[in-house]
Amino acid sequence: MAPFLSLLIYTYLVLRCSSLTAPVDPSKSQPMGSSLGQNSSSEGVPLVDVPMALGVFSVDYHHVQAPFEIVLWIMLASLAKLGFHWSGRIPAVVPESCLLIMVGLLVGGVIYGVRHSAPPTLSADAFFLFLLPPIVLDAGYFLPGRLFFENLGTILWYALLGTLWNVLGIGLSLYGVCLLCPSSLGDVSLLHCLLFGSLIAAVDPVAVLSVFQEMHVNEQLHILVFGESLLNDAVTVVLYQLFESFLRLPSVSGLDVLLGGCRVLVVGFGGLFVGLFFGLVAALTSRFTPRVPVIAPLFVFLYSYLSYLTSEMLHLSGITAIVTCAVTMKQYVEANVSERSNSSIQYFLKMWSSVSETLIFIFLGVSTIQDVHMWSWLFVCATLLLCLIWRGSGVLLLTAVVNKVRRNKVTFRDQFIIAYGGLRGAICFSLVFLIDDFPKKRLFITTTIIVILFTVFVQGMTIKPLVDLLDVKRKKRALPTVSEEIHSRLIDHLLAGIEDVVGYWGQHYWKDKFEQFNRKFLRRFLIREEQQNRSSILRVYQELERREQGADRETVHPLLPEEMDSIRRILSRNLLQFNSRRPTYSRHTLHHDRALQRHSSLGERDTQFVFLCAVCAIGPRSISQDSSIPEEQTAPQHGPKKHLSFDIENEKNN
Amino acid sequence: MGSRASTLLREEEIEEIKKETGFSHSQITRLYSRFTSLDKGENGTLSREDFQRIPELAINPLGDRIINAFFPEGEDQVNFRGFMRTLAHFRPIEDNEKNKNAAPSEPLNSRTNKLLFAFRLYDLDRDDKISRDELLQVLRMMVGVNISDEQLGSIADRTIQEADTNGDNSISFNEFMKVLEKVDVEQKMSIRFLH
Repeated sequence: MAPFLSLLIYTYLVLRCSSLTAPVDPSKSQPMGSSLGQNSSSEGVPLVDVPMALGVFSVDYHHVQAPFEIVLWIMLASLAKLGFHWSGRIPAVVPESCLLIMVGLLVGGVIYGVRHSAPPTLSADAFFLFLLPPIVLDAGYFLPGRLFFENLGTILWYALLGTLWNVLGIGLSLYGVCLLCPSSLGDVSLLHCLLFGSLIAAVDPVAVLSVFQEMHVNEQLHILVFGESLLNDAVTVVLYQLFESFLRLPSVSGLDVLLGGCRVLVVGFGGLFVGLFFGLVAALTSRFTPRVPVIAPLFVFLYSYLSYLTSEMLHLSGITAIVTCAVTMKQYVEANVSERSNSSIQYFLKMWSSVSETLIFIFLGVSTIQDVHMWSWLFVCATLLLCLIWRGSGVLLLTAVVNKVRRNKVTFRDQFIIAYGGLRGAICFSLVFLIDDFPKKRLFITTTIIVILFTVFVQGMTIKPLVDLLDVKRKKRALPTVSEEIHSRLIDHLLAGIEDVVGYWGQHYWKDKFEQFNRKFLRRFLIREEQQNRSSILRVYQELERREQGADRETVHPLLPEEMDSIRRILSRNLLQFNSRRPTYSRHTLHHDRALQRHSSLGERDTQFVFLCAVCAIGPRSISQDSSIPEEQTAPQHGPKKHLSFDIENEKNN
Repeated sequence: MGSRASTLLREEEIEEIKKETGFSHSQITRLYSRFTSLDKGENGTLSREDFQRIPELAINPLGDRIINAFFPEGEDQVNFRGFMRTLAHFRPIEDNEKNKNAAPSEPLNSRTNKLLFAFRLYDLDRDDKISRDELLQVLRMMVGVNISDEQLGSIADRTIQEADTNGDNSISFNEFMKVLEKVDVEQKMSIRFLH
């Protein structure tokens, strides 16, 4: 708590300074030397007190204001996150998002108290351009591809039709509510209601991710809710833009509605193609990076962000683009790029998305403290109720239809969680700010905030006990085994064959066809020659070997004295060589120095496994979904673990 | 139509197949038309060549073994009953069937029978054990030619090591089932047969 409190105090002081320091004209604060001549300019400028002595100490806040404040916010977010993960019990009951919003409320209140004006709100541009992409990229990169594509039909069904159902339902019924009370809500037109419906109906991927991550429900359920929240962006974007442009048009005709429908397709597929394009280009670029492995991760981020920006520029669905880009390039980049770069990519993705998510929730809390809130009991309660009703009925209806076609039915319990887990978040919030001004805009903003707070707090907090209560099927936690991989592969081939016999173009058929296309063209083009033919079975096997070698470090193998001597001899020889041809220090050779430090600090200690580390090959532990920090790698993996190879060549390979 | 009259499906046959495999009437007729389209010789049975004429099956790494699975021990022809009996393994398990405890014998599409089918793809000599060699053969077929024998051998060793509980260096059916207990076999090994 101490660092957190000190940060609050520091922030307070900084804010007081910023409000006190008047913007200083740089020309007038120059030291004495130059002021002697210029100050007597006869422009009628009132003379300021010229400093008579050289200023030794000054505070120039405005010089650094923008980056300083950004860093302070990020620092606040990270410290808040540290803070309540430290207390063990709270995160189990209250989801992180709720706590972060509360912190935001606190900070917003503090700022309001100091400045007596509204605190900075989350600007829609900052949100859409900077805060949202990392989260969606992280989600797309770690998307369980197989599960996603198997359930793609259902996900699209929920995302497209479900969102449409929600939007129209909420919009129309809200209009009905407004008609009921013409005195206070009379100037809210149908189009306004529909516009509001379009932004409030969409399930938010950020909120869903943060709540579901802690729940560990079965994977199918997770992917259904999560996939829906990602893909409904296309519908939301179109409907929002549609209704906004309708508001600006003098009249709306049937043709416009039809065009709107076409627009959904354009936006969705456009985003898809933009993402595909950038994903393939990124994969191709990664093929040429082995000489400069340090910047390989950068390409992943740059291309993904470019795809997002491009589709935003063309008013296509940015989320679809960035998810497609990540899914497309993942397998090729992973094959092309070194282990260390892979770890870097995963690590940075997790870090950025975590920071982004934290910032979003804190800003949600801060932005709640507004100067003007317009409140209407009827409107707010009606919105809340209608959101729940329409979501529930939508899920029920759609599932009833889609269960007839699915192999694996969606049970009632799962349906309930899907309906209840439809959380709203920051996307609604930003969209509502972007509406053109009209008399009831404040009402919409207030209602949106209330809905978001309700879904995040009430639904977010109660969903975990409900999952336990309803005994929803949980995720089976299991380490992957080579057997499972092999047998799964066998079953895949078997099923593909049976589908061929039956003449049924089912999932396995298309999957097989894609795999053949992938192998024949894509992999050959996009992956480096050496890496091309590594089958997935081999990869799983190598991955497991690496993990076990890492785990073996815990068990100390007693070495014979002769082996110890030979190890020591090799190491000391290496040390001499390193010392004599020590390269000039640079960022790129940092890892050499670190390895060196480890050697030289050892001496005669009984750290046998550290010697083993230095000499044998170890690979990184792969990043688990809980964003654990990867182990530093010292050398590429090399052969089965049974032999300890004391080759000096291993060292040189660093 | 004279020579084909004997190959048309009779109602009693459909009923029998329905009872044995659990397929519905329409599914059986649809699969029968597929059977006849494959049956180029028009003699009411399928031979191995008929299967090999299916183009995608020819490039399937396990194609030969799958085809073999259709033919009962030592025979070279499979009739429609046998065809349906094999396909019945891949019928999805329905909810109401899961609760049926009064079934006289286990339905063909139960989890155990599905796994047995997969097991038999490995176990060619039907000794109820997957030996290291049998495993190596299947691995080689699935993984391709770009992996050295040594690596393949160590993968096979590891697979056996993960599954083997009684130390006989081969995988019995029970061990096989245990390894796959976390895998959702009921869903993976099912095809949606259109109604």
